[in-house]
Amino acid sequence: MTTIIAYQLITGIFIAVAASLLGVFAILKRMSLVGDALSHVALPGIALALFLQINPFYGALAFLFVSIIGIWFLEYYSSLTIDTLVGVFFTSALALGSLMLPQVELLDALFGDISKLTLNDVLISVVLSSVLIAVLIAIHKRLALNMVSQEMASAIGVNAKRLELIYLMLFALGVALGIKFVGALLMGALIIIPAAAAKNVAGSLHGFMALSAFFGAVLAVIGVLISASYGYPPGPIFILTGAAFFVFSLFARSYLKR
Amino acid sequence: MEPVQQETMLSVKGLSVMLKNARVLEDINFEIRRGDVLAVIGPNGAGKTTLFHALLGMVPYAGTITWKKDLRIGYVPQRMEIETDLPLTVFEFFRLRGLPDLSRDKAREALVTVGLPERVLDTGLGEISIGQRQRALIAWALLGKPDLLLFDEPTADVDVRGQESIYQLLAHLQEVYHLTIILISHDLNVVYKYAKQVLCLNHKKLCFGPPREVLSPDQLQKLYGGEHGFYHHIHMHGQEHEEGHHHSA
Repeated sequence: MTTIIAYQLITGIFIAVAASLLGVFAILKRMSLVGDALSHVALPGIALALFLQINPFYGALAFLFVSIIGIWFLEYYSSLTIDTLVGVFFTSALALGSLMLPQVELLDALFGDISKLTLNDVLISVVLSSVLIAVLIAIHKRLALNMVSQEMASAIGVNAKRLELIYLMLFALGVALGIKFVGALLMGALIIIPAAAAKNVAGSLHGFMALSAFFGAVLAVIGVLISASYGYPPGPIFILTGAAFFVFSLFARSYLKR
Repeated sequence: MEPVQQETMLSVKGLSVMLKNARVLEDINFEIRRGDVLAVIGPNGAGKTTLFHALLGMVPYAGTITWKKDLRIGYVPQRMEIETDLPLTVFEFFRLRGLPDLSRDKAREALVTVGLPERVLDTGLGEISIGQRQRALIAWALLGKPDLLLFDEPTADVDVRGQESIYQLLAHLQEVYHLTIILISHDLNVVYKYAKQVLCLNHKKLCFGPPREVLSPDQLQKLYGGEHGFYHHIHMHGQEHEEGHHHSA
């Protein structure tokens, strides 16, 4: 009992911090809803992994990577609008996944399940979340610059295409990690909500990043503890508490930024 | 003509840019020498900003763009699409350059150079006025110790008096730092007052040379077509500088 809660706390905190940091840049980039659409692609991947009897995480990750590279490629090398493609193909992936997945696994994939975490799961989450956080911190200046002005970034030699690809791959990794925790349907919110609340009260980029990570960690702890005590899944608790944080941050904002 | 030919900072030959199957720039040729101020003028959609993008290597192009070796380029964009509540202070913005030794003192110095108060350093980049932001962008460019500055004038948003003082600042900086400047301008007064060379652009190069020599009323009419507002503007200048009637398109 206590071991599993410790596992859940560690996993939840690492994943939430990684997702919240991704969220900072998703908000700066105005791609808040990409996480929602993208997470759908994980479902057929999970189904395939179950069929092949491998860890569903790898199935999800593989499908997410392929999709994200597809998005990146289309963004730079075609004149098709991405919104439409995402709307058509990603929801089709959700439909396909829901046909392929057995009922129980489908619910887990949609809403997350960390009730049966193994040590191996914890290690994967901690290591990959740490890698994600480290890479994101390493590129955060270039990312922020590229988001406020791609032209200025180019002028000092930032390779926008490569940077974009790295960010999107981190994003795919974050989504794959988060699906275990909150599920495909709530994944977008895991990324966006802590960052949205942090943005309201932050006065600087570093404040924004630190607060977002802090909110993410606090929400993960609240989600896991309430779920352990009352038997609710942690994902929806995380999101609802996060939404409350957001509302408070709106009040704090009008107080702080008068 | 000048007694001494300064070294060439940039040479553009046969530059063409296709964007989404439209030819935005076609066979552009020009050169700029150290210490020159080159104004690029032309109607909206003529490819002025695209020219800058090509110079910066942001869009694919045909032809050759040759910069002087080891030239440092500063770039001041036309606008930044940022929200007023963007959590990014001016100091953080300067630090996005990734210069390892950018202290607060150096950042403050840069602000003073462009005529901004020091307290702006900890203000949000989205909070300061558009005129102040433009100065902050110039300060950003100066932090890279550029030899050449690309300056894209905002089409709107900044009031006329604000613009006038920006050009005074640029002229001052050019003298102090021996900058070479390429600017996109929408204001012919600016071109006459500050530019040594002018490039008239409407997808193709329509003229190139000292403004007083190449900007004849005919040339401007050809460049801007029937754009009414411009015509009046142009007409006044045209009468003042009736000599020099050569086209070099």
